[in-house]
Amino acid sequence: MEITVCIKQVPGTTEVKVDERGNLIRDGIDSKMNPYDLYAVETALKIKEKSGATVNVITMGPPQSEAVIREAFMMGVDEGYLLTDRKFAGADVLATSYTLSQGIMKTGKPQLIICGKQTTDGDTAQVGPEMAEYMGIPHVANVKKILEVKENSILVEMDMPTTLETVEIQFPCLITVEKGIFQPRLPSYKRKKETKDKLITYFSLKDFDDRDDKNYGINGSPTQVERIFPPESNTDKETWTGSGEELGNKLFEKLAELKFI
Amino acid sequence: MSGIVVNQDKIKDVDLAIGLCPFSAIEVKNGVVEINAACKMCMICVKKGPEGAFIFQEDEKLEVDKNLWNGIAVYVDHLDGDIHPVTFELIGKARELAAKIKHPVYAVFIGDNIKEKAEDLLHYGIDEVFVYDNVELKDFRIEPYTAAFENFIEKVKPSTVLVGATTLGRSLAPRVAARFKTGLTADCTILDVKENTDLVQIRPAFGGNIMAQIITPNHRPQFATVRYKIFNSPERNGTGNGKVSICEISQEKLYSSINVLRKSQKELEENISDAEVIIVAGRGIKKEKDLEMINELAEAIGAQVACTRPLIEAGWGDPRKQIGLSGRTVRPKLIITCGVSGSVQFKAGMNNSDVIVAIDEDPKAPIFDVAHYGIVGDIYQIIPSLLEKIKTK
Ligand SMILES: Cc1cc2nc3c(=O)[nH]c(=O)nc-3n(C[C@H](O)[C@H](O)[C@H](O)COP(=O)(O)OP(=O)(O)OC[C@H]3O[C@@H](n4cnc5c(N)ncnc54)[C@H](O)[C@@H]3O)c2cc1C
Ligand SMILES: Nc1ncnc2c1ncn2[C@@H]1O[C@H](COP(=O)(O)O)[C@@H](O)[C@H]1O
Repeated sequence: MEITVCIKQVPGTTEVKVDERGNLIRDGIDSKMNPYDLYAVETALKIKEKSGATVNVITMGPPQSEAVIREAFMMGVDEGYLLTDRKFAGADVLATSYTLSQGIMKTGKPQLIICGKQTTDGDTAQVGPEMAEYMGIPHVANVKKILEVKENSILVEMDMPTTLETVEIQFPCLITVEKGIFQPRLPSYKRKKETKDKLITYFSLKDFDDRDDKNYGINGSPTQVERIFPPESNTDKETWTGSGEELGNKLFEKLAELKFI
Repeated sequence: MSGIVVNQDKIKDVDLAIGLCPFSAIEVKNGVVEINAACKMCMICVKKGPEGAFIFQEDEKLEVDKNLWNGIAVYVDHLDGDIHPVTFELIGKARELAAKIKHPVYAVFIGDNIKEKAEDLLHYGIDEVFVYDNVELKDFRIEPYTAAFENFIEKVKPSTVLVGATTLGRSLAPRVAARFKTGLTADCTILDVKENTDLVQIRPAFGGNIMAQIITPNHRPQFATVRYKIFNSPERNGTGNGKVSICEISQEKLYSSINVLRKSQKELEENISDAEVIIVAGRGIKKEKDLEMINELAEAIGAQVACTRPLIEAGWGDPRKQIGLSGRTVRPKLIITCGVSGSVQFKAGMNNSDVIVAIDEDPKAPIFDVAHYGIVGDIYQIIPSLLEKIKTK
């Protein structure tokens, strides 16, 4: 069995800030694997341990995204693929999903594709379902538990707002997994040494079946950012200062006035 | 191909040019300034860079004929016919948008045994409800639901489609959007429409303290998802002049390789989205134990306790109690934030609350931008003093 996990490099702890002139500033180039994707990798490795499988990871991003593939190797992943090309730049959800689906088709024929629930930078939770559509396979989102891996299907528990549903999906299929499905293992030092020189396969547009650059990057992105701006502030407000005790009393008076006490 | 073109001779200071990009997408290779795959097309280099150094070049695009796409459609989110309230909020917004461009408002209702419920939607000002009622659509399975949705779009050709950002909506909307190879903007917090029917979609972006205005200028339909409690619900009125249309699709389109074996009701849990009064604990809380103070206050005034993301990540709270872009949206009568700085992602989940009280020791904290009562001070002094007052009342 072959499993492909989609992982993404996201900014680390430092977040993008805006200065007074409305410019984006980002201190440091600190980055890490999207935390939700760690659960996706772990899920694949758990299936591998139980039923035997080859686990590959794939990511689209700039060359420095290699780091997350190395991290996945240290967790026990077999192969890593990096989709990188200037022509992929500025991709929105649709172009990202299309690029990934083209990339996956180049890597083989996985029965199971696993995505994280969402990314901490894009935060759309949409890349998985769109990819499944492009690949013409069914998907189930919000998978909370893997119940059984069979020869031709997988049984999972899906978390819906008011129900838990046990669902069987035929392979090939795509699932997106919830945080906490399994506890992600830590990268191992031993594997770090072993996989230090392990080859990562690079793909660019010229390697794909569809080489029409209209379908990638900004050209393949129907959505456009028209402008960015700092959040608005309301003008109708009161500011209170004083000692802790005064402020506590004042808040008490206000809550009583508003009839919350 | 469209993209950003770099004019090397216009760049005097290379380091300055590299520093322009918040995403480290500008680099020097063999002495040449280039843009790499990390580019997010935020256009900051074009706008803030030296005159003429970074130029955005756009190919001629195939123009879509926007006149062929007419109407604002809302997906009816429901479980066994119980309609999720986000649906009504979206209908309210759809009517507002539709009025501006004189479009009709549609609803698409997919499920099993739902015909009766469709009538009721008309009282919220829908012009036409399109119903796909079939046993194969009883459980939410992606292929048949997508097929029904696709059929609706082909038949009706709506200009805009709004879907609630529920668990189901977040799985279905992208699938349908990809089928039409069109744009989808997730979790919009503001929606508007231009005269040319382009949907103006605003949401926090780039993982930063910033908002982005997003459009889908050359594709139809335009898809957007919106969370529960972002917009207002319209009143149900008596008339209901619209109509219900029952739609059929061929049985083979309803095939699915997904089988729902069991469905169990989850235990009803306290839902912060429905709370009337909420106290939020932020990173101003130093130790997990100090949450007791917050709990005590909540109990004293009959509130529910919620948290910001860092506290959830530290394992101090249940993820369902997180407020914000990647948590829940709330709209209580009163919300008191305690040691919460007020990032855009947090504010996106609560800034429509009726009364916002913020306590933070930093007078510059952005939470004060949305607070009605901004209290500058130490939560470790203010809350005990408030509790004391309540006790001796
Ligand atoms: C894509 C994305 C999605 C996100 N989604 C969410 C989300 O859904 N929800 C969310 O909350 N965050 C979210 N975040 C994280 C968000 O950007 C902030 O990091 C987070 O909200 C900060 O939480 P905080 O205000 O508790 O902590 P901080 O920003 O550290 O603020 C703590 C505040 O406490 C004050 N303080 C400290 N001590 C005291 C004291 N004794 N008395 C009074 N005040 C004190 C400080 O002045 C400070 O203002 C998201 C981020 C990204 C990138
Ligand atoms: N650039 C990317 N490369 C690989 N996988 C990605 C990429 N972007 C998103 N994904 C996958 O899609 C999931 C959802 O991402 P998002 O839609 O951005 O919230 C992530 O958890 C990843 O599994």
